[in-house]
Amino acid sequence: MKELVEVLAKALVDHPEMVTVDMIEKEKSCVIELRVAPDDMGKVIGKQGRIARAIRTVVKAAATKERKKVTVEII
Amino acid sequence: MNYIEKTGRTVDEAVESALKEMNLTRDQVEVEVLEEPTKGLFGILGGKPARVRVMKKDSPSERARELLEKVMQTMNLNVDIEVNEKNEKILININGPDLGILIGRRGETLDALQYLVNLSSNKNMEKRKRILIDIEGYRKRREETLKKLAYKLADKARQRGRNVVLEPMNSMERRIIHTALQDREDIYTFSEGEEPYRKIIIAPKK
Repeated sequence: MKELVEVLAKALVDHPEMVTVDMIEKEKSCVIELRVAPDDMGKVIGKQGRIARAIRTVVKAAATKERKKVTVEII
Repeated sequence: MNYIEKTGRTVDEAVESALKEMNLTRDQVEVEVLEEPTKGLFGILGGKPARVRVMKKDSPSERARELLEKVMQTMNLNVDIEVNEKNEKILININGPDLGILIGRRGETLDALQYLVNLSSNKNMEKRKRILIDIEGYRKRREETLKKLAYKLADKARQRGRNVVLEPMNSMERRIIHTALQDREDIYTFSEGEEPYRKIIIAPKK
């Protein structure tokens, strides 16, 4: 799932080398933290968070396969 | 740019070895011949090899395919991706076992994926191309379902003489319903509300 966020984020931004993804795992859930270059923030959030929502939707689908709750945070 | 240079006895041979190294097929690249091979004396002495530059093609459809392949890989899904380019549109069909999770409830995940692929593939491109993704014929099936639903609810609106409000849908789905009912004389349709909660209302004509 971490890789999935990374693949999606890198495909959207102008500075893929600045993309970092961390995963904090808990028992039944995990938090994925996405960091991008400051001027790429808009590219992963989008108007009214539309892009961020799309990323979360796709990641959630991947997570159901692994029976885990996932939250994606953009920092 | 993403390219490599290779030499070989013939141009074809040089291209082949480049493709092997890049793990691409012939139609995914552009080839520039830097030097034609020359035969030396008796075919042994002083011959020069062919030199080519093989460059990865950068087009929305290539980008889309690449991104989808990577996404499927990270999700451990074994799929077949078929890309068809039609003028301004790119149609992508994804087929394989267990793709229900990729479609999601009411195609929610599929729409999200399609949105992201559109953004990424058209990024910094002069000409934008609309990319439509379908998984296991889901969109076609959904269209049939929506049409049937439209006819049924239109009859209900007429019989009861009251408005029938449908649940929120995206613009593509609303369009299918409006189009399906546009020739009916007894009812008319319109949409109300703000995206993403915009919904269709079927009203009887008086």
